[in-house]
Amino acid sequence: MFERLRFVPAAIAALGVLAGSAGAEGLKAAADVKIAVVVHGNSSDAYWSVVKRGVDDAARDTGAQVQYIAPQVFDSVEQARLIMAAVATAPDGIVISIPDKDALSTAVKAAVDAGITVINIDSGEPQGAELGVPLYVGTTSEYEAGIKAGERLGAAGILLVACINHEVGNISLDQRCQGINDGLAKAGGASEVVAVSQDPADVTRRVEAFLASHADIQAVFATGTASANPLIKYFDEQDLWSKYKLYTYDLGPEILQSVADGKMGFGIDGQQYLMGYLPVTLLVQNATHGLMVQNNIYTGPLFVDTPEKAQAVKQLSKEGTR
Amino acid sequence: MTDETSGPPEPSRAPAVARKSLMAGDERVAQTSRFTRLMRRPEAGVLVGLVATFVIFALLPGAESLYSLQGAMTFLTLSAELGILAAAVALLIIAGEFDLSIGSMIGFAGIVIGLLVTRLGWPLWAAVGSAFAVAVLVGYLNGLITVKTRVPSFIVTLASLFILRGLSIGITRAVTGRTQIPYILDNPPDPWTAALFNGHVFTGLFQWMGRQGWIGVKGDGMPFVAGIPMSIVWWIVVTSLAGWVLTQTKFGNWIYAAGGDPVVARNVGVPVARVKIILFIVTAVAATLLATIQVMEAGSADTVRGTQKEFEAIIAAVIGGVLLTGGYGTVLGAAFGALIFGLVQMGIFFTGIDTDWFKVFLGIVILVAVLVNNFARARALGERSGS
Repeated sequence: MFERLRFVPAAIAALGVLAGSAGAEGLKAAADVKIAVVVHGNSSDAYWSVVKRGVDDAARDTGAQVQYIAPQVFDSVEQARLIMAAVATAPDGIVISIPDKDALSTAVKAAVDAGITVINIDSGEPQGAELGVPLYVGTTSEYEAGIKAGERLGAAGILLVACINHEVGNISLDQRCQGINDGLAKAGGASEVVAVSQDPADVTRRVEAFLASHADIQAVFATGTASANPLIKYFDEQDLWSKYKLYTYDLGPEILQSVADGKMGFGIDGQQYLMGYLPVTLLVQNATHGLMVQNNIYTGPLFVDTPEKAQAVKQLSKEGTR
Repeated sequence: MTDETSGPPEPSRAPAVARKSLMAGDERVAQTSRFTRLMRRPEAGVLVGLVATFVIFALLPGAESLYSLQGAMTFLTLSAELGILAAAVALLIIAGEFDLSIGSMIGFAGIVIGLLVTRLGWPLWAAVGSAFAVAVLVGYLNGLITVKTRVPSFIVTLASLFILRGLSIGITRAVTGRTQIPYILDNPPDPWTAALFNGHVFTGLFQWMGRQGWIGVKGDGMPFVAGIPMSIVWWIVVTSLAGWVLTQTKFGNWIYAAGGDPVVARNVGVPVARVKIILFIVTAVAATLLATIQVMEAGSADTVRGTQKEFEAIIAAVIGGVLLTGGYGTVLGAAFGALIFGLVQMGIFFTGIDTDWFKVFLGIVILVAVLVNNFARARALGERSGS
């Protein structure tokens, strides 16, 4: 024990020399920076694959070692365990999302306590602040975005809306639907939640059944690409565009094509590429130069609501950055 | 060597074999070496696979983090949670049945606890007790329908899988309007119930080790790993109990008999129906135990918890040498299987492999583990490719 202690000053001196040669401020070289991205959506999801694209691009641009980790199915307990695993590897920074504060609080606190810089993306802005996470990169709260969308619909005279939730159990999607409902309420409207799975055929069938049994519905609002894409196909096949309006959160090539064709009303863009790109870049800067942004960064909501706007974004969406 | 080359080998060998079998009895009662006997145990193959998995991850990058105390805790807790299920599932598979509803049971039990605590203000012990009562009922119904109708349990429990998951979502949305139930552990009247499931043991030892500088500590001087989590303690308890029942009791013999040949078993007086119904209850109760641990750990319940756990539990049991056809396998093997599965699942992350490829590696490792297991067992049991 005492022998080991004697080595400590020498070791610190040696580290200082190494670091001094590496970075301008005596910190790390970018190539030595390790960052873990532990979020609740894995890259098989269209939305999260864009986030991962941002993460991968940032890793390439900065030269840092970045790993993207997510549970195979939506499971906050599993995500908490993955965060603990990431903490065990002692990275320079961790990027997280907070879909369920109670389940993740222990793991997030462990990361903060370990002195690792943590950035929260996509969901759980207030929850992250409570847990001591200094920065949030993402859209304004899902609820706020939902209210804005609901108000737009209400202003256009659309008062009865079916909100399609394809990830029952994810609080973000619950809030998206709740926001739409409360936004509509200001104009005297209301919405009803239709729970579906991520299976395209299942989305179509259940929405078909819901519309058949609810004749007064004026519009269908998808809460993400997983539910929007099959619905676009379904609307095309059954030629429902004149009968119902279709809106969605998030963007994808199919959604943009549909808006560009003048069929869909709008898609709400969270610009999630930036949720992947910016935090990694910021954490690398933090590790190499000790810099850190001091305010939360809002990447959305951005309403892509005209064929012109959609056309402009379309190419980028195909490339996987929108 | 000289004997072999000088004398004519073929004629002399045949009578020697015949004589040996006459004098020393036949091969069925022949003495075998201790090593062969060890390798013939059902869990021997999985033990080889486990050692191989440990060695492979030791050679890959990230091993120092994976095998650190913190890293080990991440895969041990995962293995423990899966192992609790795998022990019960192994018993049921040995008895010749499947329970696909346990994943949904995890979600449903969590919802029962969550709603009773947050909506009705029940103390934790009563809510947990009610969840276990529900589990007994669900297991009983699964078992009763299976043995009465003779419909394969695969189908019966597949139906329960959907019903339980649907009930979780339906009830939770109807009562709360959401799909998560937070704040379950805020001011419960009986925090000791929570500690029974989410606490740590040997905390003093770990704090002492932290003070000695042997393990990492946080800024406040407390160790990062507070102690051995209760999930691991429960895993050991459940595995020991299930192993004892299977190997040391009459009921254990009945389980093997029910899975081996139910008709013969029934003819010699084994209450096959009762054995199976009890085991369906056991799997549902094990799922509820896991649900309770997760709810107490997370402080919240969620309608999607436990998704796909039924398959992971079956995989763990099969990796552990339990035959899907029933009648063969051990609880210890299932525990080793859970350990392999947990180690692989967490280990892949530590290696830094791009997670887009995660499932490919998981699938390959599972396949290799089962093949190694089968190969080792076949060699130990003296099977030959020709026969």
